[in-house]
Amino acid sequence: MSDVADRVKKIVVDHLGVEEDKVTDNASFIDDLGADSLDTVELVMAFEEEFGIEIPDDAAETIQTFGDAVKFITDAS
Amino acid sequence: MSNQLMAGKRGLIMGLANDKSIAWGIARACAEAGAEMAFTYMGDQFKKRVKPLADQLGVTRLYDCNVSDEASIDATFDALKADLGEIDFIVHAIGFSDKSELRGRYLETSRDNFLMTMDVSCYSFTAVMQRAEKMMRPGGSALTLTYYGAEQVMPHYNVMGVAKAALEASVKYLAEDLGKDGIRVNAISAGPIKTLAASGIGDFRYILKWNELNSPLRRNVTIDDVGKSALYILSDLASGVTGETLHVDAGYHIVGMKAVDAPDIDATS
Repeated sequence: MSDVADRVKKIVVDHLGVEEDKVTDNASFIDDLGADSLDTVELVMAFEEEFGIEIPDDAAETIQTFGDAVKFITDAS
Repeated sequence: MSNQLMAGKRGLIMGLANDKSIAWGIARACAEAGAEMAFTYMGDQFKKRVKPLADQLGVTRLYDCNVSDEASIDATFDALKADLGEIDFIVHAIGFSDKSELRGRYLETSRDNFLMTMDVSCYSFTAVMQRAEKMMRPGGSALTLTYYGAEQVMPHYNVMGVAKAALEASVKYLAEDLGKDGIRVNAISAGPIKTLAASGIGDFRYILKWNELNSPLRRNVTIDDVGKSALYILSDLASGVTGETLHVDAGYHIVGMKAVDAPDIDATS
């Protein structure tokens, strides 16, 4: 697993308080990991801070799963 | 920072959302200075965020308060009175608007969102002070949060700027009404800070970058900067100050033009 994926996973595990093995590529933050609408905003803010990138609102809306997040951040950084 | 500026003082902090909140910076500064506090939150979605923060500071009194609902505000202050009796300070860090209208033209603001924004972001402070007046000791201090978009036009701030202008005006009227009872009412106009609330404002990163490059201190402010200034307003250090809007914005409000050393930046970068 890439370094980006590890760092994203740590943020997700810490923020949502979920088991690490639940955070799979296809895991949806809302449907599978129990995130509410504020969590999704907070996660995006945490990703931006961790990776020093900017995730515009329209891009943030397309980040639904752990895999989406890793892909977006890998492409952006 | 350790001091006893707030020793023996009790107060209510409204508008805590998470650890990025300006209200959190204020609560932490007050706790370090020896204040005893209660917090409000709105609904279960925020309760799960506010509870761990309250635990960190040893705050045990939490009330669910919807500031658009008179009965909810009454219930909060009834509970506060039963728990704390009298209070010495109150912090109002609450605002809300439909995110879709915090971009583009102010001109397109709908009547419904205008009224809702004014209700939550402006009137709620007056509604809260109506209850707080009866519980505040002389020497009490009330503080609300505003932004420079109330005074000058900021891109995308739109109806929130109009509501903050009304809020700043209401600070002055409340200061007059409550001054005779020895209660002070002030606002802090904080520079842009990346909070949950700010995530709703269009191009917020551009606003942050612009302020960092062009404010006299050449940086953005933090919730700790605001917390320290709030400590001044809320404590007896500001005993002669009321009706004031204090800018905690790295000096940005005195700037008239782009700094000579600031590079041109583009909104999409």
